[in-house]
Amino acid sequence: MNLLPILFYLLAAVMVAATIFAITEKHPVHAIAYLVTSFFALAAIFYLLAAPLVAMFEVIIYAGAIMVLFMFVIMMLDPGHADEARRPGLLHWLPALFFAGIILAALVMGAALRQAVPVPISTGLGVKEFSLALFRRYGVAIEIISMQLLFAVVGALYLGKKRSPSRSEDS
Amino acid sequence: MTMVPLHILAALLKVSVILVAILTLAAYMVFAERRLLAWIQDRKGPNRVGPFGLLQPLADLIKLLAKEDFCPPAGDKWLFYLAPAMAAIPAIVTFALVPVGAPVDLFGTVVDLQIVDLNVGLLLFLALSSIAVYGVALGGWASNSKYALLGSIRGLAQLISYELSMGLSLVPVVMLARSVRLSEIVSAQAGVWFIVYQPLAFLIFLLSILAECKRIPFDLPEAEGELVAGFHTEYSGMRFGLFFVGEYINIIVLGGLASTFFLGGWHGPLLPPVVWFTLKTLSFAFLFIWLRGTLPRLRYDQLMHLGWKLLTPLALVNILVTAWWLYLKG
Amino acid sequence: MSLFDDISGVITGMWTTWKHIFRRPVTIQYPEEKRQPSPRYRARIILTRDPDGGERCVACYLCSAACPVDCISMQAGERDNGRRFAVWFRINFSRCIFCGLCAEACPTMAIQMTPDYEICQRDIMELLYEKEDLLVNHCGKEPEYNFYRHAGIGITQPRGEGDGERPPVDVRGLLP
Ligand code: SF4
Ligand code: SF4
Repeated sequence: MNLLPILFYLLAAVMVAATIFAITEKHPVHAIAYLVTSFFALAAIFYLLAAPLVAMFEVIIYAGAIMVLFMFVIMMLDPGHADEARRPGLLHWLPALFFAGIILAALVMGAALRQAVPVPISTGLGVKEFSLALFRRYGVAIEIISMQLLFAVVGALYLGKKRSPSRSEDS
Repeated sequence: MTMVPLHILAALLKVSVILVAILTLAAYMVFAERRLLAWIQDRKGPNRVGPFGLLQPLADLIKLLAKEDFCPPAGDKWLFYLAPAMAAIPAIVTFALVPVGAPVDLFGTVVDLQIVDLNVGLLLFLALSSIAVYGVALGGWASNSKYALLGSIRGLAQLISYELSMGLSLVPVVMLARSVRLSEIVSAQAGVWFIVYQPLAFLIFLLSILAECKRIPFDLPEAEGELVAGFHTEYSGMRFGLFFVGEYINIIVLGGLASTFFLGGWHGPLLPPVVWFTLKTLSFAFLFIWLRGTLPRLRYDQLMHLGWKLLTPLALVNILVTAWWLYLKG
Repeated sequence: MSLFDDISGVITGMWTTWKHIFRRPVTIQYPEEKRQPSPRYRARIILTRDPDGGERCVACYLCSAACPVDCISMQAGERDNGRRFAVWFRINFSRCIFCGLCAEACPTMAIQMTPDYEICQRDIMELLYEKEDLLVNHCGKEPEYNFYRHAGIGITQPRGEGDGERPPVDVRGLLP
């Protein structure tokens, strides 16, 4: 009896359930807790799929940095009474339904075509091979993305900068 | 994978030995800290329970277990009860990565003195340390108290900031060892310890782990003088104990990792490897206690300045210089 | 360079604390070693007697009025010879903060404080000291003073007989 598929389905179930809870939960901090749980499950799945590096980055960057920043902001700005929030109307559900439909269609397609899922190599992808592939083969893409991030940083700085007193006077 | 029963047995043995050792060590760290701080302040410290007060941790444990387990009525029950575990577990799990000694020969099979030797060991350490933030943040938030909330906001900001410099200060180590596997980092230091090549990175790492375990001079999240007890103000009994012990486990684990990354791990002349490793780890613990006995707490803006304007840029420059030097060396 | 100042500051501090690790602790191990406080130490309160053996307290209520935590209570009475005394006198040591204001207020030096600091009981009711527990058979810190010898005119001595008191002036006489 192979343990891996069982683990995979367990983790996948946890992930889907946690994500659904994260979406439906009214309280932002609880939603973050659920989302982090889902990231963990996702990281573990990546690890099972022999991508330890991706798993680690999933935890470090998404669970460890971005969600923490979200939480920081939520704790700094009191979001008010979450219980009194309005339920989203039918119109708000439409985009979500649309994407859910796409995902469902993809699932059905996948099931219908029954392509053999590539079995993960048990050794896993090493850090060295991963980084070589990342910076040799996809080097240009990486550079473009980092440029984009740099633009974002500069833009944020520009938006957050205090106007100099002389300009604020005549404006 | 070929899992001989002996392997499973050895793994279980390692896990239990290390778990027991680390919990006892953490309990005695509390005791050692109280004694050392007392000596620094010309006092005697706890010396009543048992010979030289050596049973004090046991007495503390009994006391904590006997206390009422209380959750503030306006608090968030689930998160409040979960947060101490979220703070302590990453610290304990991190120790699974640390090689505590040279591989030994046990009944003909070679057994690593390390629970798991992941090929992404160092990254897992970073991931776990970034997860440890949640215990602090959610614990303080769920208490529904302004002191706890202030403490956890400070904790969030501090841990995020110093994680950055900690991660960056480890990059030169990875470059020197050409691996993120902890056992390979250790074996790369068989000749010369990395602290010789990377004194600056070591210093940055030291300051960052001080901030990561929320110790004086970086104990802003629990600043007793201003925030009662910071993020764990509302905790009582063993849940408080878990936060408390988690902090000391964190000290031991980070001390062990610092010796793994910079002081050659278990390498050392004459003495057996495990003894060397223990010595190095405990000397870090001693340094932490000594610093606590000496330094005052930083101000919040000083903390942020140190992290973002000094340590992080220095670590970046250090990475560049190391890369350049390694490139020249070929 | 401020950076060097900071570093040398930290190192100086570390060196100082390092030296203190090896210094002898100043701790006094209490139940085994006891410190003798100075005679003026403010602890357990007593009611003293005057040199003649009489109770000093005249139940004037000044101490009770001065006490910031209101822990002294008493009932005044009068003897056949006109001397006032406390019928009962009670100090609640579970409330007393040992501030010494009662002793300062007392005009007769009756209420005084002693260096005996070991007052603890398992039962809080045992900290209620009655007059019998408070009254001692000595004069405390003022061995000579006798209030009635100064002020007990008409009760213990006729006018003009008290300590340091001049004979009464004859208001009808013409001599200066
Ligand atoms: S020492 Fe102070 S508190 Fe105590 S009985 Fe006297 S006045 Fe009251
Ligand atoms: S103890 Fe002193 S102040 Fe108090 S009632 Fe007696 S004479 Fe007056």
